[in-house]
This record gives sequence, C-alpha cells and structure tokens, in this order.
Amino acid sequence: MTPLLQVENVAKFYGTRIGCTDVSFDLYPGEVMGIVGESGSGKSTLLNCLAGHLAPDRGAVRFDMAVGGLSDTVTMSEPERRMLARTDWAFVHQHARDGLRMNVSAGGNVGERLMAVNARHYGEIRDKAIDWLGRVEISEDRIDDRPTAFSGGMQQRLQIARNLVTGPRLVFMDEPTGGLDVSVQARLLDLLRGLVREMGLSAIIVTHDLAVVRLLADRLMVMKDGHVIETGLTDQVLDDPQHAYTQLLVSSVLQV
Amino acid sequence: MSEYNFAYLDEQTKRMIRRAILKGLAVPGYQVPFASREMPMPYGWGTGGVQVSAAVLTPDDTFKVIDQGADDTTNAVSIRRFFQKTADVAVTEATSEASVIQTRHRIPEEALRADQIIVYQVPIPEPLRFLEPRETETRKMHALEEYGLMHVKLYEDISKHGDISTSYAYPVKVEGRYVMDPSPIPKFDNPKLEMAAIQLFGAGREQRIYAIPPYTQVVSLDFEDYPFRASKADHACDLCGAEDSYLDELIVDDEGGRMFMCSDTDYCLTRRKAGHVGAQGVPYEEDAA
Repeated sequence: MTPLLQVENVAKFYGTRIGCTDVSFDLYPGEVMGIVGESGSGKSTLLNCLAGHLAPDRGAVRFDMAVGGLSDTVTMSEPERRMLARTDWAFVHQHARDGLRMNVSAGGNVGERLMAVNARHYGEIRDKAIDWLGRVEISEDRIDDRPTAFSGGMQQRLQIARNLVTGPRLVFMDEPTGGLDVSVQARLLDLLRGLVREMGLSAIIVTHDLAVVRLLADRLMVMKDGHVIETGLTDQVLDDPQHAYTQLLVSSVLQV
Repeated sequence: MSEYNFAYLDEQTKRMIRRAILKGLAVPGYQVPFASREMPMPYGWGTGGVQVSAAVLTPDDTFKVIDQGADDTTNAVSIRRFFQKTADVAVTEATSEASVIQTRHRIPEEALRADQIIVYQVPIPEPLRFLEPRETETRKMHALEEYGLMHVKLYEDISKHGDISTSYAYPVKVEGRYVMDPSPIPKFDNPKLEMAAIQLFGAGREQRIYAIPPYTQVVSLDFEDYPFRASKADHACDLCGAEDSYLDELIVDDEGGRMFMCSDTDYCLTRRKAGHVGAQGVPYEEDAA
C-alpha cells in the first residue's frame, strides 16, 4: 500500500535554534495521526512544514498525488503546491479568524474553495454550502451572516465546513479545539470524528490536549525540543508511556 | 510654450512611461509598475491618465477629455487646458475628431476607430484589493491565475441583493488570462471594451499602467445562472430621445421632478443637432447656448 504522505528527515531551523529535526513517518490513507507536545516543542513548525506554509531546511515531504503518485511537495513548483492546498489538502487553523474571511458571509466562505476550482453556477454553489453548513450543525438561515456574528464554536465549525467542501484527502489541524469551552469542544470532536470516519479522511492533528488525540487519533507522535521522542498507537502510548517526558505529560492531565 | 517641455513631462520620463505602455500592450490586462511622477494636480484627479496622455501625445494630435462622459466639467476642462498650454495640441469636444481621448468613468457612446487612443484614469487598478489587502498576495494570485476570490465578491452580491449588484468597475477577464479592473466605468460600458482603438489605463497614485490592445477579448465575469447584463436606467434621454445611451438622472425641483439625459454630452449634442428631440427637450438652435 502506498502511503498518502511520506515524511523523511524533515528539519527546520530558526537560525541556530531547532524548530524541528529528524522527523520521519508514513501516513496511510484513512489514518489519523496526532502530534502532541508542550508549547515550543516544534509541533506547529512541523505541521507548517508539512502543509507547505514553511519551507523545511532539510528533508522531503512526499504526497501521493492523484496524478503522478508520490511527489515531493518541498521541491514542486509553487502553483502545484497551492493547487494541492486548495484541492487535496485542507488546513484548519487554531484561530478560526486565520482560516476564515471575516467580512464575507458564511456561504461565501464555504463557496470560496469551490469557486477556486472553477465552480461557476451560483445555485449549485449555494446548495453545496447549505449542505455543508447542515453537516457542521449551522442552521441554513445563518448562511448570509458574516462569521463575525458567530460564536467561537460556530466559527470553528464553519472553518471546518469551508475546508472540507472540496472533499480533500488530507486535513491538517492545528489545535482545532483550542480556546473552546469543554462542552463545545466535545461536540466539535464528535463532529470531527464523524466526518473523518464518514469521508475516510486522513488527518494530522497537532494539539496539546491528550483527550483530543485519544478520541481522534489512531497513531501518536510525541515531540519535545524539536525531536520526536516517542511514537506508537495512541492507546499504547497513552496507557504505557515509555519516555520519561511522555510519562510526565500523561500524568499531568488533570483528573476531574 | 518655451517654459514647458512638450506635454509637461521631460523626455526621459515619457520614455519610461512608453516602455510601461508597450509592456502593458504586450501582456494585456497585466498591471505594469511605473515610476509615477508628481503632477500639478492632486492624486485622484487623474494623475495617472495625464501621465499616459503626456507620453502618447504628439504635436499633430487632437485631444479630448471627458469626465463622467461630459466635456464641460471641472476635471475635463482643466486637463484639456493643461495640455493646450503645455503641448499646444488641438482640442475638441467631438469624439470622432479626437485622436487621443482621456476619460474618467466612461467610454464614449460613439464607437472608437483604429486610429484613436483612449486613456482611462484609474483610482484603484487592483480588482482584488478589497478582497485581499496584501499586494504581495494579489500579485501572486494574478501570477498563478487564482481568481476564485473574484467570484466570491459576485457571490456575496447575489446572496445579499438577489442579483449581481456591482454596477461599475465590474471585473473583466482579458484574453482569457488576467482579471482586470476596467476603472470605474458603468458596467453598461463593459461590452464596449472589445474595440478597435488602443485602450490605456493609468493609475498615478498606485503607480500602475495597463492596456488592452485593439480587438482583444474582454469577458465580464459572471455565474452560469446569473449571467452578466449591461444595465442602464430604463428610460430614454429627455433631451435627445436616445434609447441606447447611458443616462444621468437629474433631480430638477423639490417635488420629485426628474429628468434623464445622456451622460455623453457630445453624443447628446450631436443627436440634437441632427434634429432628435427628447420628451423634455427643445429643438436645438445654434445660438441657444
């Protein structure tokens, strides 16, 4: 089986400081991988390198393209990479504001990716937007409201709809539940889990919330100081952590 | 005359502008940066158009300036006088007699010919400006032909107003490649952008020149189910009776009385001279003005 994403020795330095280094893994279709670690451990740097927002200093990130098979996204041309970013890839930002156009209506936000791949029929775009708003539990009568009129949780759900509308194969998520209160988090996770299963999505989720990865991720990667210190099946890593830092991380979770 | 170099600008500057114009003509719709000069008028009054006109004018040219279609408004009169003074060129108000026409916000009703040049004054050359404020990003979008965002604006129009309500500066795609702002002409004028004359666009403050060569394909963006329509006031000109020209609406008293008249003053006058009379018009007399 060909991996969907093949990461080989990716490293990113900020001057002499390490962003992340020696990261290698394969992600297979339908697989959800979690990346956990404390702030400053390089998980966001890694995610940005994988998603093409940052150029890694070393290494290769190969994606299984619809045409042409595994291709290195680091060395491919910018138009190709940007084409990937709006078709086969999706990126869910921690802050919905970074991923949404705040002065464009909810429907326009969802429709943008469709129009970017040459959808030119207003009625069809709108039907699809309504369908997707429904899937992320935003009622149809909010379609012409701007995201500024939405709550934090709704903005995040809108961002997810906007990203998934073109049926991407790989979703990058950067702290998708950060800054939301627990009940909203729970519903968002429920929604995400449903969408991932239903659409057979592959995803890479960066978070510092172990509960999120426990629910969503099949596989887990623990990072510290730019290095990957432990990988394995999520349940295995969380139930039987081997590395001292992972043990600390797991035991630091507050029990209610 | 001797106080000024021909057409105000020095020869080096005119060469620089001509280079930008030639590049613009070679890449239709592409915004060519140029070193815009201070002109003796404020930004927003047509500094870009004036510089382009200065670069294309020759002593044999006949120059016409219109502002919203009219030859007799402040902006048009002062720019016309400017070139009379600094270039000593012949000026005219008749569209058919002009070889160079500088315009703000209109294309003349009368079809232009291959031996004419029309120069547009452009306030904001970047059609994506209000959707994506970063110039670095919009340039990339032009380079990579990522124009989905332009349709987001039209989508927003329809979702808010039930139809594409953008009525001026309506975005067009030139020769199947660059999306371009046709300057704030009414969308009524958009179909005229495919014409025989050379069209040059100058934005002074924004330091951009772009161009449409003669007979270039210019398509107004739209949706399949909401096609582009060139619209105008549903009325005939009250002075000359024309039904095919773009109209200005004029409130004439405090009781809601109003009249519609051609925004193109030369077109209206020519028709009146030919004996056409509108609903509120009077027959043209030579000494009436």
